[in-house]
Amino acid sequence: MNRQGPATAVTAPVSASASAAPPARRRAARLRILWLLLLVALVLALVVLSLRLGSRDVSWSDVFAVLTGPPEGFDQASIARRIPRTVLALLAGAALAVSGAVMQGVTRNPLADPGILGVNMGASLAVVIGIAFFGLSTADGYIWFALVGASVVAVLVYSIGSLGRGGATPLKLALAGAATAAALSSLVSAIVLPRANIAGGVQAWQLGGVGGGTYPNIRTVLPFLVVGFVICLLTARGLNSLALGDELAAGLGERVAVTRAVAALGAVLLCAAVTAIAGPIGFVGLVVPHACRLLTGVDHRWLLPFSALGGAALLTLADVVGRVVTPPAEIEVSIITALIGAPLFIAIVRRRKVTAL
Amino acid sequence: MSDPAGGARTGQPTPAGPAGVSALAAVAAADRAEIGRAAGALGAARAARRARRRWLIGLLCAAIAVAFAGSLLFGQTAYSPATVVRVLLGQDAGEATFAVGRLRLPRAVVGVLTGFCFGLGGAAFQTMLRNPLASPDIIGISAGASTAGAFGIIVLSLGAAEVSVFAIAAGLLVALAIYLLSYRGGVVGTRLILIGIGVGAMLNSLTGYVLSQADQWDLPEANRWLTGSLNNAQWQQALPVAVALVVLAPVLLGQSRNLAVSQLGDEAAAGLGVNVTRTRLIVVVAAVGLVAFGTAAAGPIAFVAFLSGPIVARLLGPHSSPLLPAGLVGALLVLLADFAGQHLLGLRLPVGVVTGVLGAPYLIYLIVRSNRTGGGL
Repeated sequence: MNRQGPATAVTAPVSASASAAPPARRRAARLRILWLLLLVALVLALVVLSLRLGSRDVSWSDVFAVLTGPPEGFDQASIARRIPRTVLALLAGAALAVSGAVMQGVTRNPLADPGILGVNMGASLAVVIGIAFFGLSTADGYIWFALVGASVVAVLVYSIGSLGRGGATPLKLALAGAATAAALSSLVSAIVLPRANIAGGVQAWQLGGVGGGTYPNIRTVLPFLVVGFVICLLTARGLNSLALGDELAAGLGERVAVTRAVAALGAVLLCAAVTAIAGPIGFVGLVVPHACRLLTGVDHRWLLPFSALGGAALLTLADVVGRVVTPPAEIEVSIITALIGAPLFIAIVRRRKVTAL
Repeated sequence: MSDPAGGARTGQPTPAGPAGVSALAAVAAADRAEIGRAAGALGAARAARRARRRWLIGLLCAAIAVAFAGSLLFGQTAYSPATVVRVLLGQDAGEATFAVGRLRLPRAVVGVLTGFCFGLGGAAFQTMLRNPLASPDIIGISAGASTAGAFGIIVLSLGAAEVSVFAIAAGLLVALAIYLLSYRGGVVGTRLILIGIGVGAMLNSLTGYVLSQADQWDLPEANRWLTGSLNNAQWQQALPVAVALVVLAPVLLGQSRNLAVSQLGDEAAAGLGVNVTRTRLIVVVAAVGLVAFGTAAAGPIAFVAFLSGPIVARLLGPHSSPLLPAGLVGALLVLLADFAGQHLLGLRLPVGVVTGVLGAPYLIYLIVRSNRTGGGL
């Protein structure tokens, strides 16, 4: 500590705290890396579980046989069919969680989530319009409609919620989102109900599931997901500045409006792409970032990768649980995530001071 | 006030002496006159408001009567008023006996009753929580009733009467749960609304799951619990709603003064001798009961509970109890929307879809406007 000698004794407190910070920070960083490795291990374990468990009972040796070579026989074929849905669960979970973390950062709002803000519902409505009026039936058609719908609703809800005094408070945003989602879901019913021929398909898609994951579908949305992830990770530093408040962030040289718009674009890309192939899945974007903040603190450069891993783990787990609970029927992931997520939402609302809401 | 006394009053203290005393007397007289004038103006304004309110209620009743008559007269075949009157009097009128007596009349009656329940219950919630967006259909109470309804039909295969009881119990339970979850040394409106939104989201996804388990022939019936519809309205559904209205509506309307006072804030209301907690409890139970009974009869008809109160507030201004007119507006909304969905659009949409779609633009306007003025109805 006193390497610099007596000449700097006057500034000792300052230099002591300045030089004491790095070891502490290094320790924190080491801890974070440890957590990160644990999360990776958890995700890998869940992937193996996801391949192993399902309505058809298979042996461990079959699982490893599939992972190392081409599938042979019924058991191995059914394992091979579990691979794309596992991949989709991983991707969708990661995308939704990162999207939620970024939305919370952009709106500086702990309750932001693609589901709560109605963005998923916007994507749903657009896809339903596509199915009903434009004869869409494939993921590469859905994706563009989902993107447009999600973007329009994201902008709409945010502008509605941020009008008036106090800007976008959690209450106003959540209300604007819930109310908009309710209105949009009526529109969806208005379109679907008179068209019995599409009702079944739309209903299945709307429930939100990864069971329908196929390689072509995943390939279609993968570019959007990649672009979305890259944008979100690049804005991590900007989100850290935004967390200080708009004035301070601008003082630090952050172009607040640009950062906010770019980050929001990344978040919307991610959740719209997921919604296009897996239907609206709620609460992942809410739960995972909050849990990860407990591990990493508020630094978005750590929070976003953690959220990606945590989201992948959560959605894979939800998918496995949904397959195991009521065999041979499956419970869709969106229902499991809602059952896990809503209590946490309530806990967050309860914990925060109401004045801050 | 252009008299010199007014100037003296706001100016320096008047000097002592006879002139000062007379000036003081003049001031006092002017004050009395002013107070009298102000009270007179206040009384006049109040009388004008009362008159306006009476007019509005009268107009709404007339409009409901017209819409009710219209929904009896018109349909796939239009009947003459004479035929409809004969059916209403219980005389035989050929095929109209079935079409009007068995289909249109119960449908219109259930529509009016449920609309009244939704409008009244919704306005009570909005007034109590001082937020137009805090209506039972947004904070999850209707969602609770409809989850239970769908569950009762699809999983438990209950009959109509049992489903109603089940849905009502669930609505009350969900309201209680939301209340308890948001209780933390007192219940604050914003926290209650947010927790209601969370609970509602969870319940909606449960409803989605229950529906995915439905047999093909249960789906239309179960879908009613998602959007609200009068398609299967019969007398057996009208009876419980009517009883609920007769019992609960007077209770709720009797609380409208206490409710208005508790709008001033908890401390002020307590100072004026209103037991806020008790008022709140009565209002919550009565309003939830109304909404749940309405939901049990016709499903959660979207946005009726949400829209009625703000529409009345627009027409009457903020200083008048919105409860009774809101109930009437709700009844009118349901009648008109059902008629439009049945006959005007050529698609036979259920009433909940029509109100949902028509409500959306108004809803957005309302959020924008209430944000600009900083809340309140």
